[in-house]
Amino acid sequence: MIAMLRRSRSVLVSLALSFAVTLLLLIVVDAPPFDALRLLWEGSFGSDTKIADTLMAWIPLVLAAAGLLVTFRAGLWNIGVEGQIVMGAIGAAWAAREVGGPSWFVILAAFVAGVAFGTGWALVPGALRTRFGVHEIFSGVALFFVAGGLAIYLIIGPWSREGIASTSGTDPFPDASWLPTVGRLRLSIPAIVIALAAVAGVYVLLRGTRYGLRLKAVGRNPASAFLMGVPTSRVMLSAFAVCGALGGVAGTVQAIGFHHKLVPSISGGYGFLAILVVLLAGFRAVWIAPIALFFSAILVGSTQLSLRLQIDSSLAGVIQGVLVLFILITGGWQARRALRTAAAPADTLSVGTEP
Amino acid sequence: MNELATIIATATPLVYATIGEMINEKAGVINLSLDGSILLSAMVGFAAAVGSGSVIVGFLAAMVVSMAIAALVAFSSIELRLNQIAVGFVLFLLARQLALFFGDPYVGRAGPKVPAWDVPLLADIPFLGTVLFQHNVSVYGSYLLVIATFFYLYKTRPGLALQGVGERPEAAFARGIPVNRLRFVYTLVGGALVGVAGASVSLDQIAGWRENLTTNLGWIALAFVIFGGWHPFRVAIACYVYRGLLYAAGQFQEELPEFVQVLNTLPFLLMIFMLTVVNTQWFRRLGDTHPRWRNFLASDPPSAIGTVFVRE
Repeated sequence: MIAMLRRSRSVLVSLALSFAVTLLLLIVVDAPPFDALRLLWEGSFGSDTKIADTLMAWIPLVLAAAGLLVTFRAGLWNIGVEGQIVMGAIGAAWAAREVGGPSWFVILAAFVAGVAFGTGWALVPGALRTRFGVHEIFSGVALFFVAGGLAIYLIIGPWSREGIASTSGTDPFPDASWLPTVGRLRLSIPAIVIALAAVAGVYVLLRGTRYGLRLKAVGRNPASAFLMGVPTSRVMLSAFAVCGALGGVAGTVQAIGFHHKLVPSISGGYGFLAILVVLLAGFRAVWIAPIALFFSAILVGSTQLSLRLQIDSSLAGVIQGVLVLFILITGGWQARRALRTAAAPADTLSVGTEP
Repeated sequence: MNELATIIATATPLVYATIGEMINEKAGVINLSLDGSILLSAMVGFAAAVGSGSVIVGFLAAMVVSMAIAALVAFSSIELRLNQIAVGFVLFLLARQLALFFGDPYVGRAGPKVPAWDVPLLADIPFLGTVLFQHNVSVYGSYLLVIATFFYLYKTRPGLALQGVGERPEAAFARGIPVNRLRFVYTLVGGALVGVAGASVSLDQIAGWRENLTTNLGWIALAFVIFGGWHPFRVAIACYVYRGLLYAAGQFQEELPEFVQVLNTLPFLLMIFMLTVVNTQWFRRLGDTHPRWRNFLASDPPSAIGTVFVRE
């Protein structure tokens, strides 16, 4: 209870500080701050098309964050989830281009291919970690760039549009592969259901199953988990696989539910952003969906800023980064103060210390 | 000959960044924000140099910015005991976005450049003079840095203390060494060098500003600290060999233009390959079979890297 109060206070302080920094940045670049904030709101929730866009950004963010919860629980920094999203999109694109038949079948094939590609790509850093001890951060980042290179190669090479090789993307996929949408909006209800199911599934997996306990044991102390008979390497690999699969789903939704073609930046930075979401959520599944909604609203809203006020849309990333940084620092600050005044139990140190 | 000179010049930012990161990792602190820090310091360095017309001001501004980021990493890991990876990663994303946000008006603008300067006498040495001594101060600084870091680390008392802080902080503390203060200082030193790396891209190697100017240099540098086994000479050699390979691949590309995509992913395939090699049993045993080269061939990170030192 006290911990919760303390945490909510640190969240409020951080929100206020981030808000102040945002205003300051807007003033520095000579933009009318309150107009900018209004545009941010209108750009994300102002109309039904904007709400649809915000939700479509929310889906990959939630999926990637749910997957990351699993790898974080096992003490793994699967930063490569960004690349796993790219590979998922490539797999889905391949299926959408090659598979024929009724729409439901093509869509199913795209999801199967996307999940397979995402999982496969995640198992590479998994195998490098468990077999050779290569840290997953570096192999993951490297594999993300390799996946990005592969996507561009496909776009300007074998899958290039008739006659023109351009980095703007491939030809749109056949209509049969498009995820069903609500009216004319770019909003796919099945994709939202999948994302919610993924968070709920991960919540149950981590809270109420033996597998969740094994992940935790491996994350806390791999050596003693191994001695207790937990197959450490296999548990780690499976965590990578789960995260890669969810990344693959995110990539599939990006490909057949949003862009309807393969574009170079298909992963949209959602994998990296999902790491911030998880850190902000303090590694708890219940907070993933609301925080991801907040982040995707800032992200989608910021495109209005660059259109209307000529402010670079990277402001969204600045706000998100500042907020997470403040949360980490105020959390750590409070924990240090608590430690100094009373001998607090060691595991309540702070958010961000878990993995 | 000219090819070698090009390789040396293009490897310079990477040398600064890897040596900088190596120094703070030797002290036990990982600065994972490297890639963002380099980009932001490149941007700030360029903006400051354009504004003031002075390259020196640009370099100083770049150093101040990346030292500020390093100070945040040091403060949150040493003072607040937060996870270094978490804070570093958040700062990586934040610094990157800040660079894009503030750099927008500077895209494509012309700016000052570090002037070329041949070292007197040395530049006239046949072959070596052309390869090594017909560049500019930024390049010569990187040679001095590598050599000075080697001597500082392995031949001086403070260098020994630095290694002690990263290897056995408890023992170092028992010998009266202020562990956390040194860690703070060396993280700042590492940060300053990362700033130099950024400025040497935007004021020398490419001389300008655009998005993704530093092309993931930070991630490559982080990997090369590992591949270089935390040894200044091995780290530097790795940087030069890597640039050499890229140069060779670039020649190959002129013959086969379709090769360009493979070329762009090549650094990262190499990165994975190199990290795998240093982690194999075969490589790990090399140091044991060649005792004279043990320091040079070792692949073990500083034992206390990424940990918090708490005085009991």
